[in-house]
Amino acid sequence: MQPPILPAQGGKNRFLIGLFSSHVLVPVLRWRLKLQVIGGLCSGSASSGGPSGAPSAAQMGTMAARLAVSRWVAARAAARRGPLVSCRRWSGVATDTVYDVVVSGGGLVGAAMACALGYDVHFCDKKILLLEVGPKKVLEKLPETYSNRVSSISPGSATLLSSFGAWDHICNMRYRAFRRMQVWDACSEALIVFDKDNLDDMGYIVENDVIMHALTKQLEAVSDRVTVLYRSKAVGYTWPYSFPMADSSPWVQITLGDGSTLQTKLLIGADGHNSGVRQAAGIQNVSWNYDQSAVVATLHLSEATENNVAWQRFLPSGPIALLPLSDTLSSLVWSTSHEHAAELVSMDEEKFVDAINSAFWSDVNHTDFIDSAGTMLHYAIAFLKPTKVSARQLPPSVARVDAKSRALFPLGLGHAAEYVRPRLALIGDAAHRVHPLAGQGVNMGFGDISSLVHHLSTAAFNGKDLGSMSHLTGYETDRQRHNTALLAATDVLKRLYSTSATPLVLLRTWGLQATNAVSPLKEQIMAFASK
Amino acid sequence: MWGSRKLISSGSRFLGVRRSGCRVAQGDCPRSTASAGLEIGKSKILCLVRAHFRARRWNFVAVPSHGRRVYSENQLSWTLPIKPWIFSEYRIMWFKSCKMTFVCFNRMKSYRYPWTRLYSTSGTTVDSSEVKTFLALAHRWWDEQGVYAPLHSMNDLRVPFIRDNLLKTVANHQPGKPLSGMKILDVGCGGGLLTEPLGRLGASVIGIDPVAENIETAQRHKSFDPVLDKRIEYRACALEEIVEETAETFDAVIASEVVEHVTDLETFIQCCWQVLKPGASLFITTINKTQLSYALGIVFAEQIAGIVPKGTHTWEKFVSPEMLESILESNGLSVQTVAGMFYNPFSRYWHWSENTSLNYAAHAVKSGAQEHQVPAESVLKEETEELQATASTNAGVREEVKK
Repeated sequence: MQPPILPAQGGKNRFLIGLFSSHVLVPVLRWRLKLQVIGGLCSGSASSGGPSGAPSAAQMGTMAARLAVSRWVAARAAARRGPLVSCRRWSGVATDTVYDVVVSGGGLVGAAMACALGYDVHFCDKKILLLEVGPKKVLEKLPETYSNRVSSISPGSATLLSSFGAWDHICNMRYRAFRRMQVWDACSEALIVFDKDNLDDMGYIVENDVIMHALTKQLEAVSDRVTVLYRSKAVGYTWPYSFPMADSSPWVQITLGDGSTLQTKLLIGADGHNSGVRQAAGIQNVSWNYDQSAVVATLHLSEATENNVAWQRFLPSGPIALLPLSDTLSSLVWSTSHEHAAELVSMDEEKFVDAINSAFWSDVNHTDFIDSAGTMLHYAIAFLKPTKVSARQLPPSVARVDAKSRALFPLGLGHAAEYVRPRLALIGDAAHRVHPLAGQGVNMGFGDISSLVHHLSTAAFNGKDLGSMSHLTGYETDRQRHNTALLAATDVLKRLYSTSATPLVLLRTWGLQATNAVSPLKEQIMAFASK
Repeated sequence: MWGSRKLISSGSRFLGVRRSGCRVAQGDCPRSTASAGLEIGKSKILCLVRAHFRARRWNFVAVPSHGRRVYSENQLSWTLPIKPWIFSEYRIMWFKSCKMTFVCFNRMKSYRYPWTRLYSTSGTTVDSSEVKTFLALAHRWWDEQGVYAPLHSMNDLRVPFIRDNLLKTVANHQPGKPLSGMKILDVGCGGGLLTEPLGRLGASVIGIDPVAENIETAQRHKSFDPVLDKRIEYRACALEEIVEETAETFDAVIASEVVEHVTDLETFIQCCWQVLKPGASLFITTINKTQLSYALGIVFAEQIAGIVPKGTHTWEKFVSPEMLESILESNGLSVQTVAGMFYNPFSRYWHWSENTSLNYAAHAVKSGAQEHQVPAESVLKEETEELQATASTNAGVREEVKK
């Protein structure tokens, strides 16, 4: 066996190399030119994108220029791109602090996210930063009066809060558990009752200030891992190039209001429904405003009761909910038209209390036809399921409203088309905004945290790059599945109950009665909502 | 007859030298690797046949020296499953006649692959204008959706595999960086796809790769991360070059997707043994040498689906788990685990599998303090026997805990 191949191979190679230079090198260079042009376009669109666009455009331009290895290519492309070319080099790469995770927005969801990561065992070695525009919020002493901003915390959210110790603080301050939820229609007798047979709590009503205080306390306890920058705002984000390149930093660069910059491997946007992070990343957001505002207030009941039921009645103008705070206090969330909401906030206290009581008790929207149709189905169900007694309870009457506790805020729906990008994840209201009728807003945010922390923790234990899409998409899939379903259900309910058209009223009356009669279905709904 | 093994390996090294010698004159030519592979293939036919082929095929294979050009279409299709290297040569010729640029592109891709240029570490033989081209392409290593996507995705399996097996040996670990205090050698680190995750877990890792461009990419990529920058060290060298200075220093040596590119596996394993501390672990992931691995690993992955750059693999260099185990055992490494891996090209995820007929991972532990030197003759004899015993059976997953 002689080796005759080498010389022949050599000849072939020489031939191929000739081809290599003419056929491939030229296309490769052309390809680079294309990238240059793309880079130019990107920087053009970015500069028109907002306040954060200007520095990023310059840097993207520089990065595009670096793509070119041959100097003449760069020069040519620069000539094409004209004024967009910037000679500024990537600045501060070596000096900036590199964080593993930066959470932008220190509200309930953002602070809880930073906390959850700070207490995660696989994040012991990581550097986490929380950016908050506002000042540090610690309650020196629990105020006598209840705050008018409360949240309904599902058992799932309570589990998350207790996983890093915040729930203990809440228990030591104040919260109210509810074991029953009654939802009924203003246009018919139809109602649905959710209750737990085994006396488990269905959820908790907690003041937002109390949750915030608990989170701040817990953040202080992990200050060695989680840095919190209060009164600081991110004004610009520079995203890494969409495909990794040799000389450009692979991290997200954040410019703060005071001009300082820092870098992070993963940016978590938790900055509310007008998310600056989402806008800077150019993520599409499907959103519309409802023709409703929510009026909140702290109410005193006319007599002390057990007060462990969350009440909600669907009026044609919007749902009104009464959430227990203590034996004698309840919190009001009344969604209604903007004009009516403004009127409610400005009217005198006695008239306001009358308006609430009549909203819960009035039968003015009932019609005989719907009533008889509802009664028919009620008898039919009673015939089929004689044991089932749906006990209708009567809501407590309201005596007076806490002074200065009335406030209103507009309602809307929003959903980000993407929750994640390379090195970016959106959580809470930045990713989804929901009508408060199901009391799910903050719970969806806490659900996002559970899921994202789970995925990030696994990734950290596997030594992965935290900003990698491979696990971020897992988070997105998990949460979009849950959140879109909830968002759609809430929106449909809102629309279905905003009308008093007879066919729809009949439909929802029967629907609600039927759902109330089918226990497994109710359990499914409860399980979904308590995640 | 079998004793000629050493000669063959030295022959192959000789070829390597000659190849790089002619490179100076002709410029860099990756396909010559394939031709060298063909040469080695021919001289190694004895081993191949011994391992896998029956006598009838032996006759066919034994006369290939003039065969490359005279095979008719029929003969070719008949020999495909037996002699992939011939097919790959044929493929090149076909492309040459049809579409030159494809071949060239093919060549460019294979430049990027580290182990096809195993012995060309000398910087003077590298054409500086081409280096620029490769540098521009070097970012591909870190493109998670790009040509190396399967390697990125494989981290989901191999990092936990390495981590969990290493954690078995320590009583308690520091949370957040479980592998802290361990010294790991990543042989053939490429762009550092596996080196960085291990560094993030706290280990101090040395990544070596004979291709300087790969090391440059890896070096630059880690330099952006201040933590990894301290924990990881990269060197552009071959394993043999660091054996002496790093004898018995590592808690683990990792050769992931490497042994199928190594010319002399026996020497390679011996080098691994030398740098391991007593009781330390060797982790190997590679491709089995089966007809299935030819069909899926080369024909499907490289030529049809394009999951792997063309010219990445040479089927004849693939190693069967039995062969690997026997080499490991005969060199003082006791095999703990052999587990199959399966890549789903549609979901782009790897899964553990009972079937080792495609990819597999192996974990071996360097036996205690005792010196393990077995005469070459008897090693080969053992090996032959084992291969004969297992040649036709498919081993499946074997969890063997020895000692």
